[in-house]
Amino acid sequence: MSTDVTAKSPAPAPPGKSGTAGGGLLQLMLDGLRRNMRQYGMLIALGLIVALFAVWTDGDLLLPRNVSNLVLQNSYVLILAIGMMLVIIAGHIDLSVGSLTAFVGAFAAVLTVQHSVSWPVAVVLCLAIGAVAGSVQGFFIAYLGIPSFIVTLAGMLVFRGLTEILLEGQTLGPFPDGLQKIGNGFLPEAGPETNYHNITLLLGLALLVFVILQEVRDRKRQQEFSLDVLPRNIFLLKLVSIGSAVLVVTLLLASYKGAPIILLILGALVVGYGYVMRNAVFGRHIYAIGGNLPAAKLSGVKDKKVTFLVFLNMGVLAALAGLAIAARLNAASPKAGLNYELEAIASAFIGGASMSGGVGTVLGAIIGGLVLGVLNNGMNLLSVGSDWQQVIKGLALLAAVGFDVWNKRKSGS
Amino acid sequence: MAGPVLEMRSIVKTFPGVKALSDVTLTVRQGEVHAICGENGAGKSTLMKVLSGVHPHGTYEGEILFDGEVCEFKDIRASEAHGIVIIHQELALVPFLSLAENIFLGNEHATRGLINWNDTLKHASELLRRVGLSDHPETRVADIGVGKQQLVEIAKALSKKVKLLILDEPTAALNDEDSGKLLDLILELKKQGITSIIISHKLNEIRTVADSVTIIRDGQSIETLDVKAAETTEDRIISGMVGRDLDHRFPERTAYEGEVDAAPALEIRDWTVHHPIDQQRKVVDDVSIHVRRGEIVGIAGLMGAGRTELAMSVFGRAYGRHADGTVLKDGKEIRTKTVAEAVKHGIAYVTEDRKHYGLNLIDTINRNISLSALGKVSKRGIVDEHEERKVAEGFRKSMNIKAPTVFEPVGKLSGGNQQKVVLSKWIFAGPEVLILDEPTRGIDVGAKYEIYTVIDQLAAQGKAVVFISSELPELLGMCDRIYTMAAGRLTGEFPRAEATQEVLMRQMTKDKEVTR
Repeated sequence: MSTDVTAKSPAPAPPGKSGTAGGGLLQLMLDGLRRNMRQYGMLIALGLIVALFAVWTDGDLLLPRNVSNLVLQNSYVLILAIGMMLVIIAGHIDLSVGSLTAFVGAFAAVLTVQHSVSWPVAVVLCLAIGAVAGSVQGFFIAYLGIPSFIVTLAGMLVFRGLTEILLEGQTLGPFPDGLQKIGNGFLPEAGPETNYHNITLLLGLALLVFVILQEVRDRKRQQEFSLDVLPRNIFLLKLVSIGSAVLVVTLLLASYKGAPIILLILGALVVGYGYVMRNAVFGRHIYAIGGNLPAAKLSGVKDKKVTFLVFLNMGVLAALAGLAIAARLNAASPKAGLNYELEAIASAFIGGASMSGGVGTVLGAIIGGLVLGVLNNGMNLLSVGSDWQQVIKGLALLAAVGFDVWNKRKSGS
Repeated sequence: MAGPVLEMRSIVKTFPGVKALSDVTLTVRQGEVHAICGENGAGKSTLMKVLSGVHPHGTYEGEILFDGEVCEFKDIRASEAHGIVIIHQELALVPFLSLAENIFLGNEHATRGLINWNDTLKHASELLRRVGLSDHPETRVADIGVGKQQLVEIAKALSKKVKLLILDEPTAALNDEDSGKLLDLILELKKQGITSIIISHKLNEIRTVADSVTIIRDGQSIETLDVKAAETTEDRIISGMVGRDLDHRFPERTAYEGEVDAAPALEIRDWTVHHPIDQQRKVVDDVSIHVRRGEIVGIAGLMGAGRTELAMSVFGRAYGRHADGTVLKDGKEIRTKTVAEAVKHGIAYVTEDRKHYGLNLIDTINRNISLSALGKVSKRGIVDEHEERKVAEGFRKSMNIKAPTVFEPVGKLSGGNQQKVVLSKWIFAGPEVLILDEPTRGIDVGAKYEIYTVIDQLAAQGKAVVFISSELPELLGMCDRIYTMAAGRLTGEFPRAEATQEVLMRQMTKDKEVTR
């Protein structure tokens, strides 16, 4: 309905946005904010939560040791959340991942502890069994048309049961050193003695340079195609804020034991999956089948194959998370990964996914996961009991999605 | 003539950022059928939502007088209590409940929370009889056709002691026969003293049923015409809607003079398709058609004639079971068992139902346009976003898609602009054969003309176009050759010169037994 109004103005920019650089800056930022309310809203909420807990814990939250811990504690839920985001964007759900992580952990323990398989081989086998588990579920969902809720609910029971069978109800450990590193390890140190972790600093700087180069190149590319770009000062502001965030985290980690290995794995996953979802044909097809399945089919999208691959991928990521949990606890337990599927699902929804599919970003899942993670960690520091922690996390989920619904209704449809 | 039953004075309704109604005045006389027409997005539906309390009092300016008293409806129940009932474009029936349950939904015949079934069924059958339905009130809504469902909606309205019945495009989804029944019913209700407001795109319908018509354009009421007056012609109404005289409703087409000897671009031979559930039934029965490069071939048929089913089963077996027959492109047999194969062979199918089968409404214009041919804007599986944006910008300009940027979600566009996005998507795929299924359904007159122009250009570029439509004037205006279908069979083929509405309609309504 609204389109007729704007179309009459010949300029491509919507009216009211043509303010000059000086006074228009704030206006422009507000406009941008309003248009991307969901993403920025959650980022701001995360910032607020961090700030609140930093104050309440007298700064303990941001101590280097705690930041390092926060990463180690939440990495597996974040890994699961990435896969879950893809599943939810495709219009499905996966309830089996918590059980699957436990199963893979048990499998790893049986291989390395009971049969002394070398750890790199065990890792490969574990990822493979995750892929198999994911593709079996994917086959039922994509090719036989059984609803994902049912298939993965069954999977949740089956994998939990298999875990207990494998472990015979016992906890199995400890793992070989190499495997432990995945969950607990830090980057090795080299070079002269400084107060900081050298390799981490170098890595952080490299990342900083990479991000800035990437942004600048992207902007140049857009100008080449004579497309609209962000105004110069906004662009600089964006660079500065991204840059300082990278620097702060780098310094915090470098002043403790350095970057945890799992963080590097997670970082690679975020960049990789973010890229796939934004730029790859495969990612585009996931959005398309989640947004409107019949339309995607009639556009020649191989919907079954895409759905199958999304679940296969979820299986591999669940296996990776399972290895990380087992490695961190240095034991495989029948109760490992309990309710992790729900944490991953909650992360995705806090991060902007939609029940009906077709919406969401990988970064959103990470932000959602971090909101939950910081809440967990902060409340632990404040010695809030696990009873109240659950209540508060539940309310946070409700508030985030409630805000989303309210915001959508306000903007009118 | 009787005095006014409803007066809406200077209604102004604003949504954040948009003024949907800027100044609308509407006067409806007691006992008349009052039509409202206007282009899509003109504000017709918004006006009715204001009237029925969907947009409650206080969210709009202006006043509403019904039956002489000022009304301030705070919700839809309040307006229904006054006897104003609206039937929306999308039917609001629960498919798995019975007719009786649907009729009294929210208004159950019950004592202390327990439903009185005998009473319910008795009243339901009375109401069903009043709207001309003989189905048992315990039949499930899902088991009756769309035409009957519309009548059930009216029965539901009658159960609420309706005085003013509002119908929002009631015949949009109905075939001619069901439409006819519905319009007769509206006239019947008029005799019983029920006033109706009918929103419609179909001008001939307005001519048959309405007493007066109010034209709304860009959120303003332009004029109210007496339909029975001689000077109120269809062209007169159209010019009021678009604000300009429409000399030509179709672009000037030069007659097709292709090489008749060359193999047709697309030929379908002996095509038979069975119903997906009722597998004994042939939905398409031994149909053979062909289309040449540069030619626009129409397929005329009423709903259920099998036109869409024919197109969708050829396009990657997207419909039906046991599709049987051969598809030839340029004289060579091709496989079109999946959509991907059909696209690869240069066939595009533009669906009749753009919201369900054509577009991802929550996604942006550029991503919708590129979806069927992502390979063209990507390298090694990676989409070049800049290139994609450039392509979409190109279509936004050439197709005149009214949107500020190509990053606008398609769901926010009007019907005509959505249709342009669907067309852009398939033109971008670069097909040689385009199958257009009702490409102008539910869109306004101005946008229709633009789409006709695009179709004409496509043919001029040497594409073969199959144009499926139930609007005969547009087939006659656009096509070089027209096939007619009825009950799954091909019943006729007419060159442009021989086709008239009467001739086509006769073949479209041909019964199966007669053709045998």
